[in-house]
Amino acid sequence: MKNYLHLNLSLLYWVFVAPFTGRFFKISPIFRQMVFIGVRAAPMVALTAFSVGVTLAMQAAHSLQQLGAELYVPDLVMVTLLREMGPVLIAVIVIGRSGSAVAAELGTMKVSEEIEALEVMAINPVEYLVVPRFLAMLVMLPALTIMGNYVGVFGGWAVCHFALDFNTAGYILRALQSADTWDLYSGMIKSGVFAWLIITIACNAGLRVEGGAEGVGQATTASVVQALLAMLVMNAVLTGIFFFGA
Amino acid sequence: MNSNGEPIIEVVDLVRRFGDRAVINDISFSVHRGETLVIMGGSGCGKSTLLRHVIGSMKPTSGSVKVFGEEITTMKEREIARVRRRFGMLFQSGALLASLTVGENVALPLLQHTDLSPDEIEEIVERKLQMVGLSGFENLKPAEISGGMKKRVGLARALALDPELLFSDEPTSGLDPIMTAVVDRLTLKLTHGSHMTAVVVTHDMTSAFRIATWMIMLGHGDIIAQGTPDEIRTSSNPEVQQFINGEADGPIPLNLSQDEHEHHRHVKPRPFLAARDRFHHKTQ
Repeated sequence: MKNYLHLNLSLLYWVFVAPFTGRFFKISPIFRQMVFIGVRAAPMVALTAFSVGVTLAMQAAHSLQQLGAELYVPDLVMVTLLREMGPVLIAVIVIGRSGSAVAAELGTMKVSEEIEALEVMAINPVEYLVVPRFLAMLVMLPALTIMGNYVGVFGGWAVCHFALDFNTAGYILRALQSADTWDLYSGMIKSGVFAWLIITIACNAGLRVEGGAEGVGQATTASVVQALLAMLVMNAVLTGIFFFGA
Repeated sequence: MNSNGEPIIEVVDLVRRFGDRAVINDISFSVHRGETLVIMGGSGCGKSTLLRHVIGSMKPTSGSVKVFGEEITTMKEREIARVRRRFGMLFQSGALLASLTVGENVALPLLQHTDLSPDEIEEIVERKLQMVGLSGFENLKPAEISGGMKKRVGLARALALDPELLFSDEPTSGLDPIMTAVVDRLTLKLTHGSHMTAVVVTHDMTSAFRIATWMIMLGHGDIIAQGTPDEIRTSSNPEVQQFINGEADGPIPLNLSQDEHEHHRHVKPRPFLAARDRFHHKTQ
């Protein structure tokens, strides 16, 4: 825990303070990480979001049909996706795919003396390795969430159009009317916070690896479990603040 | 040691304990500009631990380590980084970044610590790789080259910033005899021609006698013997003679017991090792 807080502090220093003292972070490693963390995860995110959109629409249709209110299926799909399912499920995918990969990569670097070599070359591992991954995650997780929301709504449309005889324009209109901009923004804030949690937990686990290949495996598993727990608890807290507090 | 001016490295009464076991037990030595210090000793005698204290990545229990006249043991991380820009270090495994190509590895210190243009950096990288006999390997990944080649790339990277001081951990293990000679000649050329100072940890006695101006032999955290290569070669100390001649029988015990062995990575005792040690105690 102390290590984790220390990592966060030095991360804050390198992201928010160091650029004003003339050590601006390099751009190209950030883009490389954005491709790795974000772009390559896009197909999985799309498939997940589509399945979730379809599932939500089917469940909603089933329940709402009994009340004769299947008109409200798009509302339910849209609001659920934007507020909860989009940010959470896409974070789950990114934890499983990118968070574990980052922990394993940094852990392997640690056990093969690469981190120590960086320090001896007077290169700060947080500046060189963590900052690009952090910034990439902070941009890409919300971006993936937006994409996931679109695909999920498309999944909902597929059910409504082919099974419930909605016309496309009607579905889009209903979906747009039901959602507030705050629904979108709250989801984006959530996904930004999740990005922070996922990447700092993954980097911390990787940088603290000890004991060879076995240690790398343990750290990777631990990072996934910790990130999932932290993310789900944080989601409950944020939902409480955003939709119950006021 | 022939002293001319301030020493580059000065270690005074260095002690490092893990628990109640001293891995480094009151060691003092100094190295002057242009000299090559060779540190020898069996596996687990504290060589690497000593090196880690000198480069500031471990803090001693007591004692002082001065590098370029500055006390490194009490420095903050950022001050240590400033001192580290003036030296290069070759790791035993090479410690190349696996995600970068050979050329990018050598270029890394230049990109991080200088404002040179890409063309200038490319030229320096080419020259450094040529020095270690690896021209034309710039675009390969570390996984695509052999262990000996990785080590030579590590050396090229350590020399990228033309350091005043070079630390090498086993620079010639895994190299063939010809490449060993090439690396030794390079070390000699840099220490004689450019007045670089070198600290080399090695097991390779041929190489050690070829490059050393001063030799230290460690055992159980103490300095067993030190002197010029000639003094070491003619030393009457049986442990030194056993080590430099590579003899299996002699005063140096074949197996250290678990307590004596340096295990600062919190290794749990393994039953079969304990059994083996008991066996050795009986037979000794």
